[in-house]
Amino acid sequence: MAIVYIPTPLVALTGGNATVEVEGATVRQIIDNLEQSWPGIRERLVAKDHLRPNISVAVDGEVSPLGLLERVSPTSEVHFVAAISGGSRR
Amino acid sequence: MRARTQVQATINGETVEFLCEPRQSLLECLRDELGLTGAKEGCNDGNCGACTVILDGRIVNSCLVLGLEAAGSEITTIEGIARGAELHPVQRAFLEQAALQCGFCTPGFIVASKALLDEEPDPSPERIRLWLANNLCRCTGYDKIVRAVEQAAAQLQKVKA
Amino acid sequence: MKTQTETSTETGIGGREYAVVGTRPIRHDGADKVTGRAQYGADLRLPGLLHGCIVRSPYAHARIRRIDTAKAAALPGVKAAVTAADLPGAGDRIVDLGEGATPLSYIRGNILAGEKVLYKGHAVAAVAAVSPHVAEEAAGMIEVEYEPLPCVLTAPEAMQAGAPILHDDLRTEEFGKRAAKASNVAQHFRHSLGDIEKGFREADVIVEREFRTATVHQGYIEPHNATALWNHDGRVHIWCSTQGAFVVRDTTACILDIPVSQVKVTPMEIGGGFGGKIPVYLEPVAALLSKKTGRPVKIVMSRKDVFEGTGPTPGSYIKVKIGARKDGRITAAQAYLAYEAGAYPGAMVAPGAMCIFAAYDIENVVIDGFDVVVNKPSTAAYRAPGATNAAFAAETVVDEIAEKLGIDPIDFRLRNAAKEGTRRADGPRHRRIGCAEVLEAMKRHPHYTAPLGGPHRGRGVAIGFWFNVGLPSSCTISVNADGTVSLVEGSTDIGGTRTSVAMQAAEVLGIAAEDVRPTVADTDSVGYTAVTGGSRVTFSTGLAAYDAAQDVVRQMKERAAKLWEIGVEQVRAERGIFCAGDRSISFKELAAHLEETGGPVIGRGAVNPKGVGGSFAGCIADVEVDPETGKVSVLRFTSIQDAGKAIHPSYVEGQMQGGSVQGIGWALNEEYYMSPEGVMLNASLLDYRMPTSLDLPPIETVIVEVPNPGHPFGARGVGEASIVPPPAALANAIYRAAGVRLNSLPMKPSVVMEAIWNAKA
Repeated sequence: MAIVYIPTPLVALTGGNATVEVEGATVRQIIDNLEQSWPGIRERLVAKDHLRPNISVAVDGEVSPLGLLERVSPTSEVHFVAAISGGSRR
Repeated sequence: MRARTQVQATINGETVEFLCEPRQSLLECLRDELGLTGAKEGCNDGNCGACTVILDGRIVNSCLVLGLEAAGSEITTIEGIARGAELHPVQRAFLEQAALQCGFCTPGFIVASKALLDEEPDPSPERIRLWLANNLCRCTGYDKIVRAVEQAAAQLQKVKA
Repeated sequence: MKTQTETSTETGIGGREYAVVGTRPIRHDGADKVTGRAQYGADLRLPGLLHGCIVRSPYAHARIRRIDTAKAAALPGVKAAVTAADLPGAGDRIVDLGEGATPLSYIRGNILAGEKVLYKGHAVAAVAAVSPHVAEEAAGMIEVEYEPLPCVLTAPEAMQAGAPILHDDLRTEEFGKRAAKASNVAQHFRHSLGDIEKGFREADVIVEREFRTATVHQGYIEPHNATALWNHDGRVHIWCSTQGAFVVRDTTACILDIPVSQVKVTPMEIGGGFGGKIPVYLEPVAALLSKKTGRPVKIVMSRKDVFEGTGPTPGSYIKVKIGARKDGRITAAQAYLAYEAGAYPGAMVAPGAMCIFAAYDIENVVIDGFDVVVNKPSTAAYRAPGATNAAFAAETVVDEIAEKLGIDPIDFRLRNAAKEGTRRADGPRHRRIGCAEVLEAMKRHPHYTAPLGGPHRGRGVAIGFWFNVGLPSSCTISVNADGTVSLVEGSTDIGGTRTSVAMQAAEVLGIAAEDVRPTVADTDSVGYTAVTGGSRVTFSTGLAAYDAAQDVVRQMKERAAKLWEIGVEQVRAERGIFCAGDRSISFKELAAHLEETGGPVIGRGAVNPKGVGGSFAGCIADVEVDPETGKVSVLRFTSIQDAGKAIHPSYVEGQMQGGSVQGIGWALNEEYYMSPEGVMLNASLLDYRMPTSLDLPPIETVIVEVPNPGHPFGARGVGEASIVPPPAALANAIYRAAGVRLNSLPMKPSVVMEAIWNAKA
């Protein structure tokens, strides 16, 4: 199962666990499954069917341009990081 | 509209005439009245050198010269540096040394460098840096610009020899 | 002094011999740029052109009571005036203009102020007239009634209870949760690894310091400009100086509430950007004026407008605490970063947090970051945004710890160096990186052990990181009958990238770089391409060109097969020669046969790549501190950076040198010198003191090549990382020269002197 690293401010929502093993073939499925075990976490990460504006997802150390659609393997590490672009913050 | 005065000057070897208001700088006249847009406005108060031209044998910030003051003068702009279809050694050196990135300050630097080498054919790096201190470049850190001037100096000496 | 290139021979990519990649051809736009022919935005001339001028707020914080444009409009030669009332409302819309989402009201408000002005220089209105002089006169005749409000200018002050609030609707957001009360803190985040308390308990030495850095500007020599023509068919054509034509298109369309397809943006040559020409300021205003007058309108900023009305980089307040064991291993690192966003949220504090300890393998880390609004111009990106401030703090604390432990500063860093697999504080593990390689190259460099040669001299080192980005790029390549190709891409060329992109295509095609004709096209003529920024063009647009070239090769093989009347599977292509059995034909020769074998050959590439490689940059700086004036002279400077693979080494060196010198200016002289009323008192290039040729020594460079596995040639973005370490390296050098550790930027003579006097007292 993929390992999801929980952002520090959200660790309280996952019972104090900084990492959680989650099943899922895409980031969306991962988050949906995370929400099953830890209700309330999804809305901190997702708004209107996209990752929240200032959040990106990194799978296996690489920020994914596909966001929720990015594929996740059973051995992946998933991180939620600040959304950065080429220099524009808008 | 203010009254405009006719001004005659020799620019890049040719006699030209243009109309200008008293409040227009030489830089504005070159760019807006004569279509010579090679000289650039970076600050309009003489602190960046992007507008450098040669006026009666001296380099000046054309933003600090009034159009009317240029009457009767001999002016060389970046457009007059190449010799016909051939680039001046300074221009070639800037390209070969990659002494430009965005290129905006480049016309000012080339005009100023040519003026230096016309006066001092073999300047030291320190002398080059002092001479060019009025020309700001934000992209290159000046290193390759100094090398380009050194290369051009060497090239010009070889041609003379 | 030659530049050295050190190539890692670990993987096949780095060691391969290329025909074009790694060489130094003359840039394709060279002749235009050295003859004054290149057309920058302000050079544009159109029939009927009008000139616009922006009216700006004299107050740092005020309500707008009334704007009256009647007198200005009556001046002969004035054709139109506009205010925010002429813009469609923004409502609650959140827009994603390709770079992450923002309330449209913020973008709109910065372009033309609504109810309030939030900084001195905030645009309030604009006029269009027959000449720039008349426009300027008219701008002075626009009457604006303000109700001044108290202002707040630094992050710590803005974060205090009772500070003047800039936005009544702004709430602190923390990972999707919004606080209840209005605040100047737009966002707070926290990263943590391990157990920070345990980490500090294990330390034998702990150093904790506070730092302040002033607002600085990117300092591009070409001011912002935009020309707009709102045509009678409803289409808006914009010509401007920008790092992203598609961002201008999308933003302008959004602000004006018209379809994106109605806006065409032609990027002119650009005179520097460094991040500051990513936001949109003038284009919607010029478009509005054009709509009202039925004529094209050009607006060019004055230098003062550039300082007061564009996006400098955040000033900041930073605390760093690091603990290490006697053996030199860092056990814990903690940072508090409060960055000034300026008038609207969006300070680049998150990137600062990503980079601050990125060079080190540390088990126990906590980083708190705050995005804080203040009454200053709304900040924009500036070359590795956020990282330079952070490195100034972290790398001077590292220097102090190394000294306390009696360990050489580079050895100390090597002992803790991050490598592939090291976990960063923000969570993900580093992929293949060249941190240790850069440190080793620094240690080996003759500069590191050269004699200083005089009193009051000192040497300092520092290392910095920038993660670089990918983002979308598009490219098409058409084959010409003479064997040359036309390459169309959409990345505005600030530093020679049209050539580095062309070189990558040339390498794949097996032709000379000179036989590729690159063009940076407008938004109607090329596929979507993200901004020129994030050190992404050589990587990402290069990948698009690489793919387009591969597509061309594929098609050319089919043409050869057709010509030879054989199956395409029998045709091989190698370095521009196509062969099958004992038959061969060059790319050039084959190109002459396109019409008879099927018609045009056009290759395409469209990417949004992963596989981005971050870049480490280190520097060694020698200074001399005048004990009587505090003036710091930079005697010798060496920049060492991991480029992965230098596609065009001269332009890689140029990026390293340019970034280093911006870092030097940031360190020693540059600042927004603000009055208590929030007025920048030094808004000219005389008093905003950027380095001149006389202030600098040669900038020596060493290109380290630890190939990036995510790119076919191993390339990493190089544009940004070199600006990150210089302020810290200079601070460390000043310490060794004068015995004082400085904790604020700039380290100008008065600051140095005061520190020296205080140390003596």
